[in-house]
Amino acid sequence: MEVPKELEKEADDFICHYPQEEKGSASLPLLHLLQREFGYISDDAISWVAEKLGTEPIKILELVTFYPGFRQKAPGKYHIRVCRTLSCAMAGCHQTMEKICELAGIDRSNVSHHDPIAISTDGKFSIEFAECLASCGTGPVCLVGDDFHEEVKPENTEQLLQQYK
Amino acid sequence: MVASKDSGENLVSVQVDDHWISVPRGTRMIEACKQAAAEVPHYCYHPKLTSPGNCRMCLVEMGMPPRPSPGEEPELDADGHAKINWMPRPVIACANTVVDGMGIRTQSLLAKECRQGVMEFLLINHPLDCPICDQAGECTLQEYSVEHGNGQSRFLESKVKKPKNVEIGPRIRLDDERCVLCSRCVRFSKEVVDDDVFGFVDRGSHSVLTVHPDRKLENNYSLNTVDICPVGALTSNDFRFKMRVWFMRETKSLCTGCARGCNTVVGSREGKIYRQSPRENNDVNSAWMCDTGRMEYHQLENPARLTEPMIKRGKKHRTVDWPEAICRAARDLTKFKGEQLAIIASGRMTNEELYLTRTLAESLQPGVVDIVKREGEGDDYLSHCDKNPNVNGARKVLKIRSPGSKLKSIRKRIVEDKIKALLVIGEDLIDCGFTEGELSSLQCLVSSHIIANPTAKMSHVVLPGAGYAEKRGSMINATGRLQRLNKAIDPPGQSREDWEILHELNRAVDGCDGVTELADVFTQMASTLSIFKGLSLSRIGDLGVDVMDTGETVPLLEREARRVSEGLIVG
Repeated sequence: MEVPKELEKEADDFICHYPQEEKGSASLPLLHLLQREFGYISDDAISWVAEKLGTEPIKILELVTFYPGFRQKAPGKYHIRVCRTLSCAMAGCHQTMEKICELAGIDRSNVSHHDPIAISTDGKFSIEFAECLASCGTGPVCLVGDDFHEEVKPENTEQLLQQYK
Repeated sequence: MVASKDSGENLVSVQVDDHWISVPRGTRMIEACKQAAAEVPHYCYHPKLTSPGNCRMCLVEMGMPPRPSPGEEPELDADGHAKINWMPRPVIACANTVVDGMGIRTQSLLAKECRQGVMEFLLINHPLDCPICDQAGECTLQEYSVEHGNGQSRFLESKVKKPKNVEIGPRIRLDDERCVLCSRCVRFSKEVVDDDVFGFVDRGSHSVLTVHPDRKLENNYSLNTVDICPVGALTSNDFRFKMRVWFMRETKSLCTGCARGCNTVVGSREGKIYRQSPRENNDVNSAWMCDTGRMEYHQLENPARLTEPMIKRGKKHRTVDWPEAICRAARDLTKFKGEQLAIIASGRMTNEELYLTRTLAESLQPGVVDIVKREGEGDDYLSHCDKNPNVNGARKVLKIRSPGSKLKSIRKRIVEDKIKALLVIGEDLIDCGFTEGELSSLQCLVSSHIIANPTAKMSHVVLPGAGYAEKRGSMINATGRLQRLNKAIDPPGQSREDWEILHELNRAVDGCDGVTELADVFTQMASTLSIFKGLSLSRIGDLGVDVMDTGETVPLLEREARRVSEGLIVG
């Protein structure tokens, strides 16, 4: 893994927001930086952050596995996160999920707690369930990358995917 | 315990299960309950570690006297204490400290229901594999389940599968399904030995304890995590599947791996040692010991153990009985006087053995007496760089000023044919730089050891001694503390406790007696040496007594004392 100079500079800027002896506080910002850059958090990225912050790699691994927002596996070109918390579940997010998978050619049969992301065969889309995206009145909702989409009913999914080329 | 003095103003009154007790200000509620003989069950709490309060097993009911309005007199109960208002919710007893007038209920319905609830959650995903678990018999999950749990599980769903038999280091295996996530091992590694290797990954019921794939638990104190693990999650490769804990006899003793003299418990059954673990002594080793020391007992299982006294005839040794061996050794040694004779003893010998060596030297009048120096690598925790457990004993009892300083001149004088006879106790001279040529030029070589080492092979008389867990005696550690070694198992075959061998030799050389048991040797020694004045073997007790001021301190204990004074740990 090669970290670009500018990214390292950005990381250093974050680190100096915190007192020297509390460098570890910059763990999350650094992980977000790396995930933005590489699309996911690799083992190398974990080691890089640990070394950068003078901490043990296990302490970074703890964070990466704790927060569902961090991926340990490369996503597709567009990563979709479908909310499955109560309101969206009642609004039919599971049907939405099924429809997206069908349209995008994604097989979710091997998804597990430890490997929640499924990728389409062409690598264009990847998908996973997410917990509450904070728009309970307009479910089912989902994120594609950083774009937020509301009322994604099965019948709207085709139109949704067409926005991403 | 709390560092503050127990003077009146620093004591507070606390009611535990309807009884009032006085405890020092700042005492944790759980410790106050312990003093009131009300044991509060707990997993994550350990007095030597910080209290994250994550297991919730120590929930108790707590109450405080109400603050009276201005001018109002507090309402008193029959004992004269202010009436307690009980809080509707439980609190954890491990991380909260007492205040004056506080009430604690450990046996109330609420407290019992809390424990029952916590137990039920802990057992939801537990594999219940006690019949094949090494911790069975000393497992708090097992004990508390009987005492505070439900007889039957209400859990109908399938249990979460977690990693099993994970090699997290060279000496330890982890079973994540048994883990209750108490984090004692995490905190021990971070706080006590500065090796922050453990962590919890994943969330919720999938949380597991683990180490980073590139970073193993391999520090020299790793096995302490097995001791403090309240369940069977961390098991020692050395001990697992070897012996059920309830079959073992536990002997309080010492580790003789270095001059620290860590207090230990030796677990044995039918003449075989199965494990050695640390015993708490806050003046010596806190509650820990190093892995190297823990494994020391394996030297007693050496297949080359000497089991019978032997006399060399020509090039071969033949086994003889003890009287013949002692008689021959005494006869040979007494042929040589002064400069012709040297005694090389060991810093691994007990004070009693050293004392009997001293009386033997008074009779034999050797030109020189020395012990072998055993320098090694120490660390900033417990392991001492002096690998002899009783050099201070050798200094005081055998009057050795500078251990090992005379060995060179002994060798020289053997080569010059000035020294003709050598008595070696508990050492292998070939290992100390002596050559076979030098030893074979001696007219008389008498040695005592536990292993058939090269020196034994060169010796005219071989006297098989006892290993450190096969004998009693006392030693003085690096900080000048006199401590007691106890016998866990019998020495193998005909081999004997070294004090008996030396006592027999003494008797054969000068005929005098007056000693029938080891305690007599100590008593004699105490009447001769001022350092032991007023002491007897039994008076040393399980935790030892300070007899010397060596000026040495234990880094680990100093750090612990600092954490206690900062209120981070109970100590």
